[in-house]
Amino acid sequence: MISLSYTPQLRELMKKVEETRASRVGVDYPRMSPEERRDVLQKFHPDYIEDGFRDIKVGVDKGVRMPTEMADVFESYSRLKDVDLDLKADPDYDVDVLIIGGGGAGASAALMANEAGAEVMLTTKLRFGDANTMMAQGGIQAADKENDSPATHFLDVLGGGRLENVPELARALVMDAPLVIKWLEDLGTMFDKSEAGTMITSHGGGTSRKRMHAARDYTGAEIMRTLRDEVYNKGINVVEFSPAVEILLDAQGRAGGAILFNLETEQYLTARAKTVIIATGGSGRLHYRGFPTSNHHGATADGLVMGYRAGAGTIYADSIQYHPTGGAFPPQLLGLLVTEKTRGLGAQPLNINGEQFVYHLETRDVESSAIIRECEERGLGVPLPTGITAVWLDSPLIEQIHGEGTVERQLPAMLRQFQRFDVDIRKEPMLIYPTLHYQNGGLLIDDRAETGVENLYVAGEAAGGIHGTNRLMGNSLLDILVFGRRAGANAAAKSKEVPVPEGLNLEHVNNYHRELEQADAGDGRVGPVLLPRYTHR
Amino acid sequence: MSEAKQDTIKMVDIYIMGKKYNVPETLTIMDAMEYAGYQLKRGVGCRAGFCGACATVYRQAGDFELKVGLACQTKVEEGMYLAQIPFFPARKAIYDLEEIKPSVAHFARMYPEVFRCLGCNSCTKVCPQDIDVMQYVAYLQRGDFARAADLSFDCLMCGLCVSRCPVNIVHYNSALAGRRLYSRYLAPPDSFLAERARAIKEGEMDAEIDELVNADKEKLQELYNNREIEK
Repeated sequence: MISLSYTPQLRELMKKVEETRASRVGVDYPRMSPEERRDVLQKFHPDYIEDGFRDIKVGVDKGVRMPTEMADVFESYSRLKDVDLDLKADPDYDVDVLIIGGGGAGASAALMANEAGAEVMLTTKLRFGDANTMMAQGGIQAADKENDSPATHFLDVLGGGRLENVPELARALVMDAPLVIKWLEDLGTMFDKSEAGTMITSHGGGTSRKRMHAARDYTGAEIMRTLRDEVYNKGINVVEFSPAVEILLDAQGRAGGAILFNLETEQYLTARAKTVIIATGGSGRLHYRGFPTSNHHGATADGLVMGYRAGAGTIYADSIQYHPTGGAFPPQLLGLLVTEKTRGLGAQPLNINGEQFVYHLETRDVESSAIIRECEERGLGVPLPTGITAVWLDSPLIEQIHGEGTVERQLPAMLRQFQRFDVDIRKEPMLIYPTLHYQNGGLLIDDRAETGVENLYVAGEAAGGIHGTNRLMGNSLLDILVFGRRAGANAAAKSKEVPVPEGLNLEHVNNYHRELEQADAGDGRVGPVLLPRYTHR
Repeated sequence: MSEAKQDTIKMVDIYIMGKKYNVPETLTIMDAMEYAGYQLKRGVGCRAGFCGACATVYRQAGDFELKVGLACQTKVEEGMYLAQIPFFPARKAIYDLEEIKPSVAHFARMYPEVFRCLGCNSCTKVCPQDIDVMQYVAYLQRGDFARAADLSFDCLMCGLCVSRCPVNIVHYNSALAGRRLYSRYLAPPDSFLAERARAIKEGEMDAEIDELVNADKEKLQELYNNREIEK
């Protein structure tokens, strides 16, 4: 088949990939030494490029380094600045546990809090399930094989995280992992299994054991739709298109609810709760350093902004993950995730000469940096008609290694996505470049998922410390469920001990505004952003 | 986008809910709506073909046939007339997975509409994932949950099938119940997983990990650099 998408020039360049293919089958490119890894990171990883960062001028972390775009949304005025609210009136919603965010973390928190007997409400900005969870393709890690152990998993997590992880959080992650898989199995999640029921597992970048569980390449979607179905089965109150815009504190400064914004009627509503869980996800739609992103439409750091104003501190806010394989061409696929499973199955990254230049399963930070180096420093990227450069990802290798039919069976989403734009990834290599993928840091929690603000919990991508400064593939789906479940269970237990909050107020927001004025920061910006705006790109 | 670059890109006229806009032909329907000035709330989700939020119906100029696609995964074309279906009021059966069985009788109580299928194949024709929807409905009728689960797996729950069904079958919710029944009761449980979960709950794995939690960075780095990697 001749590709309708690839131009004659690209088809000409593709011949070099085809010429070298036979010599690359079954040959492993050498892994980098620790020194080489450090070197490529420091020279090419965007986290080390200083002009993309600045120190935040206000709040509990004043002086801490953040990506400029994140500092901008942190240094913003509340949407409620000129809104009259009667916080003494009866609240519109009154529950035990308020969960803000409807992805995997929010859904698992809702199920655990409900199971613990709490009255739960889940409020979310878009539809329930519109979240990065839904888009996670490749898998979820858990040490549930005989040749593996949570300790082995722990070492991979820490090594991948540059040993900067909060050890207690990484411990919780790996120890709960098999429990999470068992929970999902019992809920009827359709994992890839052998006839005998054994979970089929594979490697991901930086794993020392094959512990990546998958549901084809719709792993996150399969988990999300199962959890969402169960939340509805339990009769939990779900309120869509109603993002929280500010956390409410009680007279003692403890979390006691939130102000919600009905996106459609544009009304502000009060939700009172004994405990609050922020599960709002990441921030890829802030487009740090102008990178395209693999994130869903609503990933605008809302929970970070609200939680920070309420007094919760951050950790590793300056650590961003760029996924090595974002789509680069055809232009409709720019920034979209090409799952790491593609490399897990043997696809190799290649330069314009069809030569491999990095081991195909380095950790994400190293792999991304090597791709950037190949294009920027060595000038060996493939020039695209859209004006950017990229590298090849030799997907046709997959069926040479594993046999015909593998791509359709194991990567149906990828196959379909590229076919829609007339590229057959079984026969033609993909064009990829790193894409803004994940916020490694976030609001600091303890291993009970609680922040420094009493009764305020955080779970999922909005939380930080678990992955240090680089997360491994398959540990994010795991993280959202581990800490979602912990947050739900702990917030429910706590809600039984504390009285109905009194004296709900937004004094912390007023104080934050005063700080902004004193620091001459904010520049009239309003946050959280809630919705990205794209026009005339 | 700069004026110079715009000159080189071919522009097309599209009609969003009847209103004409001139947009670059390389854009997806979703990007074109934003290019036209929409700030999307409904009808947008993952923007990558996984969530089913952006089901769109359209006609092409001069063609009587109604076409469908995901707005984030479909390129605009000259003369395209389009509207989104951001929400469809579909029924979901409420059930306790532990109380039901993978039998036709149990399934019929949850989703009786499935048995009213007329065989018109509208669902299959409309599926943006190219799933043979009517075939998995047939498997569900027979209680063949394994085949129904396999065939329906790539469903994004966008709801286009439901919008076209003359007998009001809720295909995607029926399929989800079918997959959960299959995975819970018909696929055998992993034989070692339960044992590992037990060992963790009973504290048998604590000592090994606590040694690492308490180790200093130097020791951890050394262990990491020299760890054995499964082939």
